[in-house]
Amino acid sequence: MAIVFEKTRGLTDKETHYCPGCTHGVIHRLVAEAMEELGVLDNAIGVAPVGCSVLAYEYFNCDMHEAAHGRAPAVATGIKRVHPDNFVFTYQGDGDLASIGTAEIVHAAHRGERFSTVFVNNAIYGMTGGQMAPTTLVGQKATTAPYGRDEGTQGRPIRISEMLATIDGAAFVERVSVDSPANIRKAKKAIKECFKVQLEGKGFGIVEVLSTCPTNWGFTPVESLKWLKDNMIPYYPLGNFKKPEEVE
Amino acid sequence: MTKVLMKGNEAVGAAAIAAGCRYFFGYPITPQNEIPEYMSRELPKVGGVFVQAESELAAINMVYGASGSGARVMTSSSSPGIALKQEGISYCAGAELPCVIVDMMRGGPGLGSIQPAQSDYFISTRGGGNGDYRLLVLAPANVQELVDLVMEGFDLADEYRTPVIILGDGMIGQMMEPVEFKHESKSNLPEKAWATTGTKGQRPGNVINSLYLQAEKLEQHNIKLQAKFAKMQENEKRVETYNIEDADIVVTAYGTTARIAKTAITKLEKEGYKVGLIRPISLYPFPNEAYEKINPACKGVLTVEMSSGQMLDDVKLSLNGKMPTYFYGRTGGMVPGPDEIVDKVKEILGGGK
Repeated sequence: MAIVFEKTRGLTDKETHYCPGCTHGVIHRLVAEAMEELGVLDNAIGVAPVGCSVLAYEYFNCDMHEAAHGRAPAVATGIKRVHPDNFVFTYQGDGDLASIGTAEIVHAAHRGERFSTVFVNNAIYGMTGGQMAPTTLVGQKATTAPYGRDEGTQGRPIRISEMLATIDGAAFVERVSVDSPANIRKAKKAIKECFKVQLEGKGFGIVEVLSTCPTNWGFTPVESLKWLKDNMIPYYPLGNFKKPEEVE
Repeated sequence: MTKVLMKGNEAVGAAAIAAGCRYFFGYPITPQNEIPEYMSRELPKVGGVFVQAESELAAINMVYGASGSGARVMTSSSSPGIALKQEGISYCAGAELPCVIVDMMRGGPGLGSIQPAQSDYFISTRGGGNGDYRLLVLAPANVQELVDLVMEGFDLADEYRTPVIILGDGMIGQMMEPVEFKHESKSNLPEKAWATTGTKGQRPGNVINSLYLQAEKLEQHNIKLQAKFAKMQENEKRVETYNIEDADIVVTAYGTTARIAKTAITKLEKEGYKVGLIRPISLYPFPNEAYEKINPACKGVLTVEMSSGQMLDDVKLSLNGKMPTYFYGRTGGMVPGPDEIVDKVKEILGGGK
C-alpha cells in the first residue's frame, strides 16, 4: 500500500510533555515541516527558550541550543554570526520574548540579524503555572492577576508584532493563529515565507502564533480554541505587517 | 619577533586575534573600551566578526551561541558589566562552553568608580552566578603577561571546556608596555564534536544545554563538573614566589598590586628587612602550596589588595592557621603606594629588623 502521510523528519520520536489540547505540538509540527520542505533541516540550528517549550531541543530533529530566559535572540545572533550559511531559528513563548527578553528581540530585529523567530503567544505563563504575561488580556484572570488584569495598574497587553514591524531591520513580521484548520494552513505558509526571508538573506523575520493554554486558562481544549478566536484575535489582529516585496 | 609598544587593552585584542579568536561580542564600559574598539577595527581585517551588543547580558549570550557553535570567542567588560554577565557565565559553565572573558576591574560596589580596583575577586573565583561551578581565573601583573595569559587562556578554555576569566584592572588595561606575541597554541586540543554546526544528516542533533530536569542526572552532571575543577586544581596552579624560604615576613598580592609590592620589597631589602613575595597568577585554582613552603619562622603573611580583603580568605585557607595574617587594602579606585606597604610591614615587624 502506498504511504499517503508520514510524520515529518523534522521532529524526533520523543513524546512531548505538552498538556492535552495545547497547540505547541501543532506549531512544532509546522516549524519542522517547513524546515523539511525547505530542505534546511540538516543545516538548521535552533534555539529553545525558557518556558513551556524549554524542552523543544528534545523535539526538533536538528542541532539545538537551550538559552537562558529571554536570551534566545542573543544566542541565535552568536550562532548565525559564526555560521552565516546555516539556517538558524528561535522558538520562544510570550513570557520569554515579550517580557524578560524584549531587549534581545528588539535589538536582534534592529541589527537585522538573519535568523527567524517563531513567537508563541498564549497570553499567559504556562510552565510556571498560569501567571500574568505582558500579553494577558485585560480582565483575563491569572494566578498573579487573580481579579483579572487591571488596565489601570497592569497596563494593556503588548502587541509585539506591531512594535517589531516599526523596526527597519525586521524584514518579515506576521501574526497567525492555530485555532482552526484554515488558520493552521495560513500559519504554515507564513512560517515558510518567514524562513525563506532568512534563506534569501533579507533580514530578521518573526511569526507570532496565537496559541492556547487550556490548563492555565481553565477551559477544555475546544473551549480554548473558541476563547482564542473570540478574545485574542480581536485584540491581536491576524495578518502580515511586513514583508520584502520580492517575497510577495 | 620584535616587541611592540601597546596599551594593555589593545594588547588583549591583539593577543586574542593572534590566538585565533575571530568573534567578539561586547558592550562599552570604562576602563576597557579600547578592547571593543580595537576588535571592531581589527577583526574585519582578518575575516572576523565584531558585534556591539545591546547589553552585557546579550553580549555573554552571544558568546554562548558562538562558543556552542564551535568558535573561539571573547567578551570583555569591567566590574558592573561583569556582574551583569554572571547569568550567561553560569550557563556557559553549565553547558561547558569554552570562552575568554576579560574583566578590567574598577571600584565598586554599584556603579562605583572608573579607577582600578580588585574587588571582583569573589565573583570571579567563587563562581559568580548560580550553581556549583568554578572558572579558570588568571591575573596578569604586566602587559606581556596579559598577552601571554589571553593567548594561553583560549587553549585552556578549549582544553577544559570552560570559561576563562582574565582578571586585570583599570591600571593594567590603560598602561603601555612593550610586548611580543610568542605563545604557540597547543596542537593537541580536543576536537569540538559537540558543537552545533548542522547535522548534515550524518549524526543526531547536538544540543548545547545546562538543563537537567531529573535530579539524578543533574547531580551526575555536577559530579562531572567537580571532577573537571579537581583536574584544574591539579594541573593549572600558577604562582611567582620570591625569597619565601628565608623571609621574616611574606607579602602576597596579585596583578597590579603585586608590582607595587615588589617595589616595596626592594625598598625594605635595602633597609635590611627579609621580605618574601607570593604572587598568585592563577586565582582559581589558588596556588595554596606556595604558602606551605614559607619559612616556618616567618612572622606572618601580609595580603595587599585593592579591595577590603577578598583574596585574603584564600590566603587564610592556605595557611590554615599556621602563622598570623595581616591585611592592607585600598578601595574605591585608590591604588596603594609602595611606601604604604613599607610602613605596614614595619608596623607588623614592630620596627625591628
